[in-house]
Amino acid sequence: MHRSVGLLMGSCLVTAAILYNGTFMLLVGHRHAVELVHVWSGLALPVPMLLGAASAAYRSDVRRLNRVTPADWRWLRSRTRRDGRIRVGKFNAGQKVNAWLVAGSTGVLLGTGAIMFWTGLVRLSWRSGATFVHDWVALGLGLLVLGHLAFALRDPEARLGMRSGRVSERWARREHAAWLDEVQPPATDV
Amino acid sequence: MPDERSELDGTPVGRRVVLGLLGLGALGVVTGAAVQDGLSRLLAPVQLRDPTGLSSLVPLGNTFRYYSVTGPVEAQDATTYRLTVSGDVARPASWTLADLQALPQVAITRDFHCVTGWHVSDVPWTGVRLADLLDRAAPTAEAAAVRFRSFDGTYTENMTLDQARADDVIVALTMYGRPVTHDHGGPVRIYAASMYGYKSTKWLSEIEVVPRNVPGYWEVRGYPLDGYIGE
Repeated sequence: MHRSVGLLMGSCLVTAAILYNGTFMLLVGHRHAVELVHVWSGLALPVPMLLGAASAAYRSDVRRLNRVTPADWRWLRSRTRRDGRIRVGKFNAGQKVNAWLVAGSTGVLLGTGAIMFWTGLVRLSWRSGATFVHDWVALGLGLLVLGHLAFALRDPEARLGMRSGRVSERWARREHAAWLDEVQPPATDV
Repeated sequence: MPDERSELDGTPVGRRVVLGLLGLGALGVVTGAAVQDGLSRLLAPVQLRDPTGLSSLVPLGNTFRYYSVTGPVEAQDATTYRLTVSGDVARPASWTLADLQALPQVAITRDFHCVTGWHVSDVPWTGVRLADLLDRAAPTAEAAAVRFRSFDGTYTENMTLDQARADDVIVALTMYGRPVTHDHGGPVRIYAASMYGYKSTKWLSEIEVVPRNVPGYWEVRGYPLDGYIGE
């Protein structure tokens, strides 16, 4: 699911860069074709996420991403957040914030994109507003995605976990100790 | 750890952030045009003088965007350029750039609007009134519409003869006081001030007078046939 969203997001962002930037546009041309790839990528983007709702494991992960504990606020405020002193759940607070911003941005881009593409939907001044919002949110999302990729490049085990669905206990103890204890309760002294 | 709440029981901040973003997006749609216009007035002096072009990387203010429906378009200049007027006319013609420049010129300064929403305020154009060219060609009784063709080999546009004869439809030769650049569709393009930008055919090669108002490139792909701004 992550792979399909990732591919669609990539397709959207690349075509967006071509559509937006004058130099690229003049180099590539074929605006209608590029536009169609962009629009269909964008419309398809939420589909894997909606299909994922059929899976209980996915729904549970979404719930984890949605919910914030006092430890999360401490983590966000802490300058030494990665030394393990604050016990992190399956998702650290930064990952949660990223998920919220990506979800919200994608929704806004979908709505404003629809207004720009189906030009008869709303009055012209709202189409202009939609263009403005779409431009800025797309820029923000592009930066978010770059940050996301930067973090991913630095953690090969996390990448393996995303591809295979499994991570080592050692990695989990270091990165997501609270989650490890939740799924694998420590043995109590008898 | 008794004082550590399970992640599954936290406060649903995520939902609130997502809904909040959607709400801000909607607010932006309704107010964005006004914000952009204000920014444009502030930034225009900076953007006009910016030698690096970096100020155009970020979507601040109202600036032109470049669209092409084909690959790279070969540039034409004063020696190679020809504008053909053909079709249901008594006097078909082929105009060079010098021929067009010798005709009576008109000036129009209006806002340029793309159908998707972006626009540029107060763009000064000069050129030959399309009505003038059509009168010289003398459309016959069968004539009801015009078809514009581009030397990009693909783009076409359409107007009724009445629409083409409006006061604010010109065959444009200059923009911002200088010859229309290649990137802006020069040396010669249409400028129809009351219509969306897609009607203003760039890299104009031919004006064909025809009996029926056949949809052009973008109309076939869903844009309004008449293309008036605000409709």
